[in-house]
Amino acid sequence: MQIKLRVFRFDPEKDQKPRFDTFFMDVDPNDRVLDLLEYVKADFDSSLALRRSCAHGICGSDAMRINGRNYLACKVLVKNLHSDQITVEPLLGLRVIKDLIVDMEPFFENYRSVLPYLINDEALPEDGKERLQTPEERDRFEDTTKCILCAACTTSCPSFWSDERYVGPAAIVNAHRFIFDSRDRAAERRLNILNQQIGVWRCRTAFNCTEACPREIHITTAIAEVKQAILSGKV
Amino acid sequence: MTNIHQYDVVVVGGGGAGLMAAMYASQRAKTAVISKLYPVRSHTGAAQGGIGAALGNLEEDSPEWHTFDTVKGSDYLGDQDAIEFMCHEAVQAVYDLEHMGLPFSRTADGRIAQRPFGGHTNNVTKKPVRRACYASDRTGHMILQTLYQQCIKNNILFYDEFQAMDLLLVDGKVAGVVAVELATGELHVFHAKAVIFATGGHGRIWEITSNAYAYTGDGCAIVARRGIPLEDMEFFQFHPTGIYKLGILITEAVRGEGGILFNKKGERFMERYAPTIKDLASRDVISRAMYLETRAGNDVNGQRFFYLDVTPETVNKYAEIDGRTRPDGTPYRVTAQEILSKIPDIADFCQTYLGIDPTRQPIPVQPTAHYAMGGIPTNIMGQVVIDEQNTVLPGLYAAGEVACVSVHGANRLGTNSLVDLIVFGKHSGIHAAEFALGADFVPLPADPTEYVREQISRLHAGSGKEKAAAIAREMKAEMFDHVGVFRTQEGLEHAIQKIRELQERFKDVRVTDSGKIFNMELLQTWELGNMLDLALVTAQSALARTESRGGHARDDYPARDDVNWLKHTLAWMDRDQIRLGYKPVVITKYPPKERTY
Ligand SMILES: Cc1cc2nc3c(=O)[nH]c(=O)nc-3n(C[C@H](O)[C@H](O)[C@H](O)COP(=O)(O)OP(=O)(O)OC[C@H]3O[C@@H](n4cnc5c(N)ncnc54)[C@H](O)[C@@H]3O)c2cc1C
Ligand code: SF4
Ligand code: FES
Repeated sequence: MQIKLRVFRFDPEKDQKPRFDTFFMDVDPNDRVLDLLEYVKADFDSSLALRRSCAHGICGSDAMRINGRNYLACKVLVKNLHSDQITVEPLLGLRVIKDLIVDMEPFFENYRSVLPYLINDEALPEDGKERLQTPEERDRFEDTTKCILCAACTTSCPSFWSDERYVGPAAIVNAHRFIFDSRDRAAERRLNILNQQIGVWRCRTAFNCTEACPREIHITTAIAEVKQAILSGKV
Repeated sequence: MTNIHQYDVVVVGGGGAGLMAAMYASQRAKTAVISKLYPVRSHTGAAQGGIGAALGNLEEDSPEWHTFDTVKGSDYLGDQDAIEFMCHEAVQAVYDLEHMGLPFSRTADGRIAQRPFGGHTNNVTKKPVRRACYASDRTGHMILQTLYQQCIKNNILFYDEFQAMDLLLVDGKVAGVVAVELATGELHVFHAKAVIFATGGHGRIWEITSNAYAYTGDGCAIVARRGIPLEDMEFFQFHPTGIYKLGILITEAVRGEGGILFNKKGERFMERYAPTIKDLASRDVISRAMYLETRAGNDVNGQRFFYLDVTPETVNKYAEIDGRTRPDGTPYRVTAQEILSKIPDIADFCQTYLGIDPTRQPIPVQPTAHYAMGGIPTNIMGQVVIDEQNTVLPGLYAAGEVACVSVHGANRLGTNSLVDLIVFGKHSGIHAAEFALGADFVPLPADPTEYVREQISRLHAGSGKEKAAAIAREMKAEMFDHVGVFRTQEGLEHAIQKIRELQERFKDVRVTDSGKIFNMELLQTWELGNMLDLALVTAQSALARTESRGGHARDDYPARDDVNWLKHTLAWMDRDQIRLGYKPVVITKYPPKERTY
């Protein structure tokens, strides 16, 4: 099918302000939007800059705004957009460096702030083998282990747009993954961090995050569980 | 402007192998990791099915069986001392990962869950054994996340989005690496006592591939240009079940859970090629069977694909025929829901890219380029060895898919790459730190970035007559057709000629973006140069090897030839020529036998 692809362009070494380049191309409805961007690079303008690696929704490199919504470019097919006009822009709320590349550092800083690692200083099992965890205990946090840190959620959140210091849904998801892990011992510390001014209470349950998540994580539910844990003091 | 940094140990690559190496090296030595991708974007995150270790959580198993299966899987080209070491270390390595917080799936009694995988057997009964430890169907994702989390906890120093382009050697000793910072385009010299390459594979050389865009073989190409040989490059694994056309991997775990392969006649063709373990035969065996089925006209619609069927009806029907039981002895029967819970990501891929529900419809699959068995030659400690006598190059290490220890020989067994990353990543980290503590810095060469600058200016100076994208397309198609699942002298000679022609044309490519900030075009064009070099090494090594073994199948030499070819290939890039040499395979307990499944 024929489509009209508009791509956000900005070269900090040349441009005063961003612009959109338009490309008309013949594509397969089953093509990924990432494929279209690769066609642009191959056949129209090889200088287009974006991040991508796995091309199947696993590495989290290519979150971007496509027709006004956050997607992984490699996980949305042309036919899913139900339109022959496709507009591709960088994520909102993070500084644009060049074309579709944004500065991810604030995002990773927020991630690191919630102690996203297992904390347990107790002695390991004497036989040296695994700690035990029932399938039910594991199910408690299974959903939030799926996060690929793509930032689609955080950069779709109005609270994050208005204040970059807000830890954002992705950081809360990753805190949830440890708070509800039966092997972890630092839930309280994480809940304290998230109880701060720039923590979980900034969430106004706009649901944008859950809609944006390419891993279909129930983010709003996870945030609600964290809020509940703070209020009740129990996990 | 050049920035100079000094570290005892520099790790190039932030995937499973690199993070593991960094964690252990940093315990004793000043260490930094440079990675062209953010570490969490590394390809380790794509691994699905599992990590093999004989924990015996569900049934009897032992590291000896794992060793033998790996030796057999390697078609006897793996070094048996290294394999034995890896399979014994695997058990503790998996426990270590659990202790770091990896959320493995669990058995009813709370232990790490395990499932069957291709080529993993009970050596007594010859039946499939549950050895693959898994976290749903995103084991690699969980390994990568867990290791990265631990690195944050331990304050490991990262240079994210720095791409290494050269290795500095002075008088045969390591002095460091040169990298470009993507965000600024500036060159950085990392002066180091020890360097560990953990840059992953090069499967982007082929048209249909399960591999990420980043899999361009930078590590192999960088060291080869500095005179270090590459080992066993003709051995590249084609995984039998890539999604038709897209190449996206459908893990072997789907067959572990009972999925069956069918040809266009609805026939379970693997019964004819591997009568004992059928659909769970080694990958090379199945990919070759598909090729032969295609040649016999049994592929679906004449389009070179087959069906992988994991609908409950099919799984249950064949489980009954095969007499498959659960650990408690009851017959193996599944529901759609159970299947979904075991392979949620696979179901998601099928839904997203094919619009099908795998519990209702079969998945169209075809062989996809998947894994580099060959790479930078190392010993068990991860030290790079540079000749037929295994002479060590002091200070240089490699681990993970970029390395060739060799534990995978001619064909890697499923789940053994993740084991390899963890075990050899760890040991190269430990050893590199040890080495660095006892060594002095080798003084840097007078102009350390000279060679990188020269490479970059060449990419800007081409006539512009040729397009990188066109050259890449032609290379991939040529490699898939002639240096793929089946090879012939004629095809390989054709490929070599073609690649040489593409290398010539590559000189006429010009990078249009002259900027410094995130000049992705420059880096990707440089990567294409790497791929062309490795394509040539692969085809040359394959042409010389006149036998069929594991992933290297020659139509014109269909049999394995232990008399002449039970040896590792070493390939040196001497300017424009490829020079080949050979070194013996280490055989300890298992003399080569015919390989049947
Ligand atoms: C789809 C898929 C499924 C798989 N499933 C399994 C499985 O179930 N079990 C199993 O055992 N194996 C599996 N494998 C294989 C296994 O995942 C890989 O072999 C393994 O993860 C490679 O790890 P690595 O650490 O060597 O490299 P990677 O994880 O790829 O890391 C490479 C690192 O090097 C960096 N890098 C590369 N070039 C440069 C450069 N020039 N400068 C700086 N940094 C650089 C990258 O940024 C990256 O951080 C699978 C592979 C794929 C593709
Ligand atoms: S929660 Fe979902 S959208 Fe947010 S970073 Fe993780 S994977 Fe991306
Ligand atoms: S390229 Fe990896 S998520 Fe899209």
